[in-house]
Amino acid sequence: MNKLPPYATTGQRIWHYTFLLICALIFFFLIFPIMIIIPLSFNAQNFFTFTPEMLALDPAGYSTKHYSDFFGNADWQNALKNSFKIAPVATIISVTFGTLAAIGLSQSHVPFKGAIMAILISPMIVPLIISAAGMYFFYSRLGLQGTYIGVVLAHAVLGIPFVIITVTATLIGFDKSLTRASANMGAGPVRTFFKIQMPLILPGVISGGLFAFITSFDEVVVVLFVGSAGQKTLPWQMFIGMREQISPTILAVATLMVAISIVLLTTLEFLRRRSERLRGMSPG
Amino acid sequence: MSDSSPVIAADGRPLKASLNRALRRQKIRALLLIAPLLLFVLITFIAPIADMLFRSVENDIVSNTLPRTVVALDGWDAASGETPDEVIFAALAADLAEAVSAKRHTQLGTRLNYELSGMSSLFRKTGRGVKKLDMDAPLREQFLEIEEDWADPEIWNTIKANSSKYTAGYFLNAVDLQMGPDGIEARPENQRIYIMLFGRTIFLSVSITLSCFLLGYPIAFLLANLKARTSNILMILVLLPFWTSLLVRTSAWKVLLQQQGVINDTLVWIGLVADDNRLELINNQTGTIIAMTHILLPFMILPLYSVMKTIPITYVRAAKSLGATNWTTFWRVYFPQSVPGIGAGSILVFILAIGYYITPALVGGTSGTFISNRIAYHISSSLNWGLGAALGAILLALVLVLYGLYDKIVGIDNVKLG
Repeated sequence: MNKLPPYATTGQRIWHYTFLLICALIFFFLIFPIMIIIPLSFNAQNFFTFTPEMLALDPAGYSTKHYSDFFGNADWQNALKNSFKIAPVATIISVTFGTLAAIGLSQSHVPFKGAIMAILISPMIVPLIISAAGMYFFYSRLGLQGTYIGVVLAHAVLGIPFVIITVTATLIGFDKSLTRASANMGAGPVRTFFKIQMPLILPGVISGGLFAFITSFDEVVVVLFVGSAGQKTLPWQMFIGMREQISPTILAVATLMVAISIVLLTTLEFLRRRSERLRGMSPG
Repeated sequence: MSDSSPVIAADGRPLKASLNRALRRQKIRALLLIAPLLLFVLITFIAPIADMLFRSVENDIVSNTLPRTVVALDGWDAASGETPDEVIFAALAADLAEAVSAKRHTQLGTRLNYELSGMSSLFRKTGRGVKKLDMDAPLREQFLEIEEDWADPEIWNTIKANSSKYTAGYFLNAVDLQMGPDGIEARPENQRIYIMLFGRTIFLSVSITLSCFLLGYPIAFLLANLKARTSNILMILVLLPFWTSLLVRTSAWKVLLQQQGVINDTLVWIGLVADDNRLELINNQTGTIIAMTHILLPFMILPLYSVMKTIPITYVRAAKSLGATNWTTFWRVYFPQSVPGIGAGSILVFILAIGYYITPALVGGTSGTFISNRIAYHISSSLNWGLGAALGAILLALVLVLYGLYDKIVGIDNVKLG
């Protein structure tokens, strides 16, 4: 939106400010629900709205009791532990396989590239409920339904499209003469990969990994079907908590998860800028 | 020129063959790098989807549990309206004796109950009586003694109709049809829910896509036309919800929209709504639309923004200098160029919305649920897996068609994240 020129008519002025007001309202709609849960999670009462004490900014209206409930409750702690047992392993699997495949896909002559790409991206396209149903049927045949391995494999495959997309995007700007130069100087393919290629595509690999991690960490539909009580993750516990008696502890958990998203978003933005700077694509 | 000798490479082979070999090696190397992942995705993801599609037509429980009866029924004419003869009852007695000792007859009853209610109790009751059957006496009367429903030709018709290994029954059921004695017919009025559910899913998804477009267009326009520094900061307001857990956003709306929640409290405080007449914003379609618009809005803004970024500002200036008003400039010059972004964003939001499960389950109540909630119900509660699979297959087909459209407009290779 450019500044209004000095010769703008009254109608144009009114429209300009109305438009800005509309945009402000939409931004408010986007950010308000996420921000509102932060103060609400410090509510001293078991209510989901602001009590008069809170509105009066009376310290007695605020407390951290919902947080101590989260850290003291065995169910929540168990769910947190399960989430951290599943997500990193799933991430490692998708990043390892995904990076190798992305390097393969970026070669100049790949037969059936379109079909392969469609298969690899499909976990992102197919609605989660259908993936969950299919995995439930198929994994029960293999005896993987309700096991830790089953959930990890399911989450790994859901993260793969993100790794493929981010790493392929980094590889598009990759200068192939660098690997040739390395080979010319006598380095083997493995050494070339770890010393030349890997450091340059690392930002893409890390952001793909972050995407894969958050996919697993946030995922609830597939784990509901493929997992059993022993694999109850944090989102699963939240889902149960919201379905049955909704307790304000959920708001404390939600606030902590918003904090995690902010950390992830900042990391990604940092990586993106660094990668663009390295490749000289933007002034940063 | 054709008879001249081929160009020779350094090692003495024809250059063409040598190049081909190098190319082949390169292809094999690329495939070897891709193979582990491809295999992984095929086993952990594609095979499950194929399994689900298979289950939507699979129907071998009758032919596996009652093999002799199925063969004997071959000669029985369903249209005659007569109860089958002694031969068929003898086959049934032999089959059931085996099924009961393997404890499979109740599964069969449950399966046939999807087709005709009462079958489940019929098989349970008969299963208890089978041991006492006297195989040498006429079996027909003994069966009728256990349960007189066995005289009903409709029971036999149902068994016969489901004796083939594959069935279209689940798919018919998924679109509110059934196989009657004279071919395909509509289900009874009170059992027709799936067409309505598909219709509702599509209606709600269209409403969500539309409201995402109405809210997303101004924001994308603003972001694309601001200075880079300001728009980067405002972009955070779009990306933060995008990165926040789905459950966090859903729980936020669940809290906000409650009758005793922040929105109703504020409206009452302003005086717009009476305290005893608070708005019902949750557990209905309104709740689903509001929450899902908020959740999917970034998926509309980001593709719109990336298309609007490429519209040259000079076109707008040219239109204005030729005398167009602000509105004409926007409508005739700017808007048509943003249409690809609208297409990409709308299809993306629609694809995502149509398969949503969590948010409708939590804020949709009974009137705001989607077809996916019904699929989940059939898989985890009613255990009618075949029907769940058939509903899933229809939904999958719908999504794949839309995805093909998306691929045509945008291209899979152009999918960008963040």
